[in-house]
Parts: sequence; C-alpha cells; structure tokens
Amino acid sequence: MPKFQQDFNMIHPQKKILIIDYNLGNLFSVNQALTNIGLNVSITSNADEIQSADAIVLPGVGAFSDAMNNLRELNLINPIKKFVDSGKPFLGICLGLQLLFSESEEFGQSKGLGLVKGQVIRFNNTNRDGETRKVPQIAWNQIHKINDNSWDNTPLNGVKEGEFMYFVHSFYVDPEEPVGLSQTNYDGKTYVSSIQKDNLFACQFHPEKSATEGLKIYNNWAIINNLK
Amino acid sequence: MYLKYNNNNMLNIRIIPRLDIKGPNLVKGIHLEGLRVLGKPEDFARYYYENGADELFFQDTVASLYDRNSLHDIITKTAKEIFIPLTVGGGLRTIDDIRNVLRAGADKVAINTAAIKNPHFIREASLKFGSSTIVVAIEAIKNTDGRYLAFTDNGREYSGLEVVSWAQKVEELGAGEIVITSVDKEGTGEGYDLELIKSVSEAVSIPVIAHGGASTPEDITRAILFGKADAVTIASILHYSVMQSFESLSSDYKTEGNISFLNSGKIPKKITPSTIQEIRSALINAKIPTRF
Repeated sequence: MPKFQQDFNMIHPQKKILIIDYNLGNLFSVNQALTNIGLNVSITSNADEIQSADAIVLPGVGAFSDAMNNLRELNLINPIKKFVDSGKPFLGICLGLQLLFSESEEFGQSKGLGLVKGQVIRFNNTNRDGETRKVPQIAWNQIHKINDNSWDNTPLNGVKEGEFMYFVHSFYVDPEEPVGLSQTNYDGKTYVSSIQKDNLFACQFHPEKSATEGLKIYNNWAIINNLK
Repeated sequence: MYLKYNNNNMLNIRIIPRLDIKGPNLVKGIHLEGLRVLGKPEDFARYYYENGADELFFQDTVASLYDRNSLHDIITKTAKEIFIPLTVGGGLRTIDDIRNVLRAGADKVAINTAAIKNPHFIREASLKFGSSTIVVAIEAIKNTDGRYLAFTDNGREYSGLEVVSWAQKVEELGAGEIVITSVDKEGTGEGYDLELIKSVSEAVSIPVIAHGGASTPEDITRAILFGKADAVTIASILHYSVMQSFESLSSDYKTEGNISFLNSGKIPKKITPSTIQEIRSALINAKIPTRF
C-alpha cells in the first residue's frame, strides 16, 4: 500500500462491517460478496465487538430454533438488539431476516428477536391446486414491488421490477406491520421477500448468490448507509 | 401436463453446468468412466457465470484416490469471482470434509458413498450445516428386472438399495436436494432416463436434479416435462459449446488424462453443443418457467 494511502486511511478509517458468526450457515460467500464491493469486513462471534461496528450483517441458513439457541448461548441476543436500537445499519439475509420476527411456527413455536412484528411460516407441501409443492424452494425467483412502492433510496434502488434473485428456504415471513419492500410468488403463494424498517434491511433471497444484480443490492446498502 | 407449466408460479427450473474435475483439469467421461481432459475448470466456470448459469456443480471424479487440494484451490479461486451457488461433490466422507469444502467457498455439498454407508451421516450433516446445504447424489443403474438400484463409487459398487425408497429415506433424513444420475445414460448422449427421474421426483417433496445423458436442448425439456425434474445438470452439451467458442485454448494443460481428442478438435457425434441461452430458449418455447 502506498504511503499516502496509509496516511489517508489513518485520517479516514474505513467503516467496519461485522458479519455475525453464530455457527449456522456459511459465511464465506457473504464475506466474499461484501469484500468484492470494497467493504472492510470481518467475522465475529464476540458480543463485545458488536458495539464497535459501523454496521452488522446477520446471515444464516438452517433452523430458526437452533439459530436462536446459538445466539443465546453466545450471548449475542442483547448486543444485537442494542446495536439495532442505536440506529446503526443492520443487514439480515435469509434466516437473518426471519430471526428479526416475533416468532416462528417451526417445531411448535419459537420466539425470535422480536424487532419486527409478525410470524415465520412454513410453505405448505401442497399448493392451492392440491399438487405437491417442492419445499424448500431452491430457485431463482422474481422480486416484485408491493402496491407500486418505490425502491428509490432503498437497497433495491436501480434493481428492475421482476428481477430474479436466488432463494433457498422452507419458511417465509408474514409481517404484521407495513415493512415489506418486495414480494415474491412461489407456486401460488405470495410472500414478503425483503423488508425495510428504519435502520433494518433484510431479504429472504441471497444477494451474494444472485450474480451482479445481487451485488448491486449490497452496494446500494453500503452507499445509502455511508459505509464505503 | 403442459397446462401446469402455463402458470408462472412453479419453481423456476435451474440450469446447472456440471464440471467433473480430475486434478487440475475439467474432464468428461462416459458412464462416469473413461475421462477426457476438456480444459481448465476456472475458465469454464467463469464463462458459465458470465453467460447466465443458475448454479455450478463441481464433481471431484477421483477424490477417493488422490488428495483434494487441487479441487479446494479451484473452488477458492472460483468463489472469489463467481456469485452464484457452487455445489461440490466427490469423496466427502466426514463432517470435517464437508466443513473444509464449505470453507473453501462451496455453498452446498453432494454426498453419495458416505450417505449410503452411513445414512445417519445425512442427518448429522443436515443438522450441522442446514438441509439446504446437503445434496444427496444417487447413482442409479437399471436392473434386468426393471428396478433401479443405487450404486456408489461412480457406478462400480452396488449398495443393496432400491432407488426410490432410498430417495424417500434421504429426504426423511434431512437432505435438501437429490441429484439423480443414470449411470446407464451418463455420457452416452441418449437422453435422460425419464422414467428414473420421474419415479424419484414424484416420490419426494424436495427438489430433484436430473443428471446424465443429455445431448440436445430437447432432452433437457423432456427431463422437466416428462421426468418432472426441478433442475438439470449439464456437461457435454455446454462444455463442447464453450470449447467451440474459446478462440484459442490455452496451451498449458497438464498432461494428466487423455487429451488426444482435444488436439483433434472432435466433438462426439450425438452431442448438439448449445449455450445456456439456447437451452433457456428451448425451455421457454416449451413453456417451462426459468430465470430470465
């Protein structure tokens, strides 16, 4: 690194983005994607580190109840809530979206972080025509606007209505407050596929696996939140 | 049957280039054997990414015979520049094997032999890494009595299992997807074994990926319309098309494997080399929902 760059970085330190590792899911690809758009990313399971971050990212694949248990065991629940309360940007991906909600119907009922009012519900294995619906949905699927809402000044800025994103999930979110940013239809079931609420942005699809349009969403999120 | 595909609510069919890897090379075999060197996997992977592949599937063809470091290097390199899902299969026998491949940059792993030897491994792996990370590969050979039997080790070892009941079992154990290979058809260009794919797809509620035997885009549409596949992995059709389009093949191929045919520039007779876009057009013409 040239000397002037080092000096510049000293005066203008890069914003610190933390990916939260709670032993569920593969953080490699999220890390790659955020690094690719030029962010300063690290991975942590350390509750003490969270408050020093400029933004946090909660990824994850797997079971809701396991995720909450792991977050609890690592003492991460309160630090995450406190971070969100501070107004700093939060990005949730897939299970990281679902965990924001009040509760999930998986294995009876499991309580979530409760930062968004609503439920996490499993896709029915049969569609409205009584045919088998493959669950999980593992597919590229389209994201649509909700009642012609604007995506300007959101992470979906410049993404085309009906753009394809990569989805892998058995559960979807059903918010009880108007936080939906996009919606998606899977075999006859329409559900909210991304949300925005104050400093929270979260999506059911995987931008890090959705080629250039996915990377655009991360880049928008970074720009809007002044993280670059 | 066609009507069902006229509403656009179905799961969008995925087109998944399959890259069989031996050492540092992309290879292609017949009946999972007799490998030919086609080129550098990184070049093909990047090309497929830039040309709209929905995912990539890497299969280490000789994982049990050699160490896996070269595949790890290929995956790591690929994952840095390619932002679509990567599945890696071949010789994964332990939780640590899976963890290492995921750390190298894979998003999903495909397991076969280890799953058959110890079905509980599927449960353990799906609990540890999430169902959607665990793909079970089933290699099927049709018996003389018409039943499909599951094999391991590239179709060499009979497992004692019947394919459909094994598919149901792996779903129950937590697999997120099944990739079903017809060993009889693989590399022959005779088309997918539609009966095999259909019997598996209808027996489970997780997505089923068809593999083995496609030589034309029409074979692929048949696997979806009649075989009810949720995704297809494709090798020869795509690879030979890429080779035609690479202006000059790089000269530093390692000499492992049979490269004589590469120098001759010959493409197997039955294969209709096609791009991802051409395959997608064939799907769209058949009213099959797909990305784009």
